[in-house]
Amino acid sequence: MPPPRGARPMNREDFKKNPISKGLVKRLLSYLTGKYKVLLGIVFFCIIVASVTSVLGNMFIKNLIDDYIEPLLASGDKDFSGLANWIRTVAILFVFGVIANFFQGQIMLVISNNVLRNVRDDMFKHMQTLPISYFDTHSHGDVMSHYTNDVDTLRQMISQSFPSMMSSGITIVATLAAMIYTSWQLTIVVLLGTFTMIFLMGKIGGKSATFFMKQQASLGDVNGYIEEMVNGQKVVKVFTYEDRAKVTFDQKNEELCNNATSANIFANILMPIMGNIGNVLYVLVAFIGGFLAIQCGLSDVITLGVIGSFLQLTKSFVMPVSQVSQQMNAIIMAMAGADRIFKLLDEKPEADDGYVTLVHCKKTGDELTEVPEEEALSFKRAHNGKESDGTTSYVWAWKHPHQDGTLTYAEVKGDVRLFDVDFSYDGKKQVLFDVSLYAKPGQKIAFVGATGAGKTTITNLINRFYDIADGKIRYDDININKIKKADLRHSLGIVLQDTNLFTGSVMENIRYGNLKATDEECIEAAKLANAHDFISKLPNGYDTVLTANGAELSQGQRQLIAIARAAVADPPVMILDEATSSIDTRTEAIVQRGMDALMENRTVFVIAHRLSTVQNSKAIMVLENGHIIERGDHQSLIADKGKYYQLYTGAFELE
Amino acid sequence: MIKRLLKSVREYKKPSILSPVLVSCEVVMEVLMPLLMSKLIDNGIDKSDMNYVWIVGSLLLVCMFISMAFGALSGREAAKASAGFAKNLRHDMFHNLQTFSFSNIDKFKTSSIITRLTTDVTNVQNSYQMVIRIAVRAPIMLIFAMCASFYVNPKVALILLGIAPILLLGLIIVFRYAHPIFVRMFKRFDLMNNVVQENVRGIRVVKSFVREDHEIEKFTEVSNAIRNDAVKAERAINCNAPLMMASVYTAMLLISWIGAKLVVNEEMTTGQLTSMFSYTMQILMSLMMVSMIIVMLVISKTSAERISELLDETPDITNPENPVMEVKDGSIDFDHVFFSYSKEKEKSCLLDFDLHIKSGETIGIIGGTGSGKSSFVQLIPRLYDVTDGDIKVGGIDVRNYDLDVIRDNVAMVLQKNVLFSGTIKENLRWGNPEATDEEMIQACKIAQADSFISAFPEGYDTYIEQGGSNVSGGQKQRLCIARALLKKPKILILDDSTSAVDTATDAQIQKGFAEYIPGTTKLIIAQRISSVENADRIIVIDNGKINAIGTHDELLKDNEIYKEVYESQKKGGEE
Repeated sequence: MPPPRGARPMNREDFKKNPISKGLVKRLLSYLTGKYKVLLGIVFFCIIVASVTSVLGNMFIKNLIDDYIEPLLASGDKDFSGLANWIRTVAILFVFGVIANFFQGQIMLVISNNVLRNVRDDMFKHMQTLPISYFDTHSHGDVMSHYTNDVDTLRQMISQSFPSMMSSGITIVATLAAMIYTSWQLTIVVLLGTFTMIFLMGKIGGKSATFFMKQQASLGDVNGYIEEMVNGQKVVKVFTYEDRAKVTFDQKNEELCNNATSANIFANILMPIMGNIGNVLYVLVAFIGGFLAIQCGLSDVITLGVIGSFLQLTKSFVMPVSQVSQQMNAIIMAMAGADRIFKLLDEKPEADDGYVTLVHCKKTGDELTEVPEEEALSFKRAHNGKESDGTTSYVWAWKHPHQDGTLTYAEVKGDVRLFDVDFSYDGKKQVLFDVSLYAKPGQKIAFVGATGAGKTTITNLINRFYDIADGKIRYDDININKIKKADLRHSLGIVLQDTNLFTGSVMENIRYGNLKATDEECIEAAKLANAHDFISKLPNGYDTVLTANGAELSQGQRQLIAIARAAVADPPVMILDEATSSIDTRTEAIVQRGMDALMENRTVFVIAHRLSTVQNSKAIMVLENGHIIERGDHQSLIADKGKYYQLYTGAFELE
Repeated sequence: MIKRLLKSVREYKKPSILSPVLVSCEVVMEVLMPLLMSKLIDNGIDKSDMNYVWIVGSLLLVCMFISMAFGALSGREAAKASAGFAKNLRHDMFHNLQTFSFSNIDKFKTSSIITRLTTDVTNVQNSYQMVIRIAVRAPIMLIFAMCASFYVNPKVALILLGIAPILLLGLIIVFRYAHPIFVRMFKRFDLMNNVVQENVRGIRVVKSFVREDHEIEKFTEVSNAIRNDAVKAERAINCNAPLMMASVYTAMLLISWIGAKLVVNEEMTTGQLTSMFSYTMQILMSLMMVSMIIVMLVISKTSAERISELLDETPDITNPENPVMEVKDGSIDFDHVFFSYSKEKEKSCLLDFDLHIKSGETIGIIGGTGSGKSSFVQLIPRLYDVTDGDIKVGGIDVRNYDLDVIRDNVAMVLQKNVLFSGTIKENLRWGNPEATDEEMIQACKIAQADSFISAFPEGYDTYIEQGGSNVSGGQKQRLCIARALLKKPKILILDDSTSAVDTATDAQIQKGFAEYIPGTTKLIIAQRISSVENADRIIVIDNGKINAIGTHDELLKDNEIYKEVYESQKKGGEE
């Protein structure tokens, strides 16, 4: 089966010698044998039947000539009934062989496709549990190639190499037995020839592999250049760089051509050489057979039939041998692929020892009672999105099981405090130093500072994308390490600078924030984010399908959808990381009104380099190299005439 | 389409022809062998004539070596031809791509251009190699083996002639059934890759909305659909092997029954009977090959189509016949210019732009997202052509200039900046390949890039990673400005190019412009009022129309939009 399109070419690693370790094989086999023991048993049985039949088919000519034609010729009578009977018997055998072959193929394809699906699904499921740092340290292309190239090498192996190795093995053994049985003298000749063949193949194959490696390297080079130039094609135009680009490209292209030619030459000459070594063996058998029969007077041992069938046996011996050696390459590549797949599966998932969970509660007075989600939702819908009708209200609450077995509920307020937090991404270079801050429920806290000052890092610690090195973060007075990660993140809405939208309709993209939201609620959220206007103008309104990360939309429009997406999630705490950076300030001012509505009664962390975005914050933290160097509201920071003042005045009091 | 691609064979015609010729010779030798073999058995071994065995045997060996040599040589030529063909295809596509205008690039989308230049070429290369070798080999083998079998014994050969079409029909039915499923499956593969890609790229969104289960559901759904399609298609494909086996066995049994009678009646020799078995294998195997080749070719057909699409694309914007080779000055005149990205749609991006800019003026441009600012400036270096009206630079219509000349004189820093892998110097030389170190440093000083470049341990030789991922957004923008300055243009256009630069540095850059390149016309698109307020004139663009033109003070007095923008920046979100 051909590989899926868009697969990345194999890389150098695939050719590294001997990635086959015992554990790897065992683990891979466990995928096969796990659920499919019975089916595999049937396949194995079918392979044996089919292989034995094919060996018998090769003995067929010898029997035909020796047992039937020669006697008939010798006796001169024309009684073909014996022959007819024999042919009938063989025919039945052949029918079995064909049936076995059919079932082997049909069953094996189910096994292989199921295994591949399971591997894919396992990978994806596991990948979802991995910490953000995994995605930081692995290029997207590499991750993608696990699903394309690596799984594909497995497909090759399971659906082709595996059965073909089995049947080749059986055929080789059976044919060898048949050969020895027919004539041991000729067997030696064939074996010697086969060893020569294997030796030659190894030589040529090795050469070919070296050039293939070179070819892959220069293919990578050319493809990389193409990618870079095509992505920057507009810049190429603007700088009239076309001719220089052509020159560099032609050089790289020429080199690729040379390496590809060498690699393919060796691959191509392998086939005729191998095929003909089979033929040479064929002639040698005839030579030596004839010589032995005629000159050495062994004609009673080496009959005409013996030679005839040996010629066939030679062919059917050489074929599986060359097949095995061809499959070896596929198997080595599959093992390398499996190794990479298992590496992904062995990545440590995000640690989560949290036990405090987020639940819906009904609040009467100060009393909190846990209720099912549907009840809270239907209440909210019945009351036009309000959570309270005066006497009873529905709120989010932290459900806190204690060691003595008791349960306590605490309403989610959105009080976030950081105490002396230190952090480092790699354990070496510290990026945050002694960061302490308090965000009381409903307050807007802003972070200002240069790129790399640590603004985003702080928010990444609050939602536990990363874990702090030292210090403490408390959320509604609960250490965030005690909160289950999923529940912690549910309670935090986030809008990022690089908005990522998913293939699907605009409506689906907004609903991503809350899968249970109705269409009306999604539209309501879009209105809040000021996205409703432009969405209505799209060709199909809310049903417009976005592809390729919403390439149809402007960056600003994407950000508005991302804001709507966060709005529909309706979390008590919001993090806006440069959420409005790509919207022009005039539009931002309009969005801001929506945002203010969105931020009402919520704790909000805002990151922005545009000071106009953050001015109305309760507290502004100015960060520099991981330290909070100034804090206060806009007025007091201006009065302090520090860094913030410089930044602020830089905008409007130019010299 | 195929003709279009074959144009790119060019200097590799010789190996492209040699390869099939050589492979035909190989086949002839291979078909001769069973014939010689049967003679060897009948006249040599059967009659115990060792002399004959030696002679025919040696002849056989010679045949084999010739066949081996031809086969190997053909393989070599095929490798040369296919690798060369691929090289030429890439070359032709890349060179054609360089002539594309912005609208051509928009039409194809970068990702699809990349696939065409990479994966699609590899597919076509593999098929080409197969066509000139195996696709020639298999049918020739079929024909020769068939002829040989008729030569040996027509009666027995009829059996083969009867079975071969049945096998072929079976293979065709299987393929016809499986092909559309494979096509569907490939689409699903793309879909799956898309799910994974979006997931990986948006992992922060996935995790912060706790949508892992939702994503898994999406993935397993498509993953299972692929599995189902694969099973369906392979169910059919896997019938090929037993079908082949059944044909071979049937042929063998029939041949031995009829053959045995013929041998006993002395109408055929045992050696000939053995050779018939060899021909059976040769004929049926080549049939199998033919069907495989058809499958491969159909699969690579899509690739070939996509390549020829790219090769056939003609640039929208080409050089005029007698191009003007010099730009007199930096004046710009827009005469009732209308512009739309798509000709069919009524949606115009720019409506009736009428505007005259003197050489050396500094023009600020303010406008909301999607108001048409970028479209407006991209018309000046003729990155797009106007739909109606005309644009003059230095008093001459931009369409009369040589493309390279106009673009070299109008330097533009695009909104979507790209740096290329290479040192800072190499990147700067994009502006001017002959730039001296002093010139580079000077340009970087104006662009306020010199200070941070000098702070790098390797200074101007610092290596920039692909896409400029190892410099900050503001640094990238400043490098891009320096790169544009090195062109020493008559007109400099900055399309929101200082958005990531802090305001103080931005002011320094503006100051540098005024000081060092006073004669250059400067068009500055910005979001920040501070970036444009010192301009000679400021254009306010709204919804594809010029809303107002004036100085900062004038606009502040009587332009609503400008005032609003100013207020939004001055006072922020305060109500």
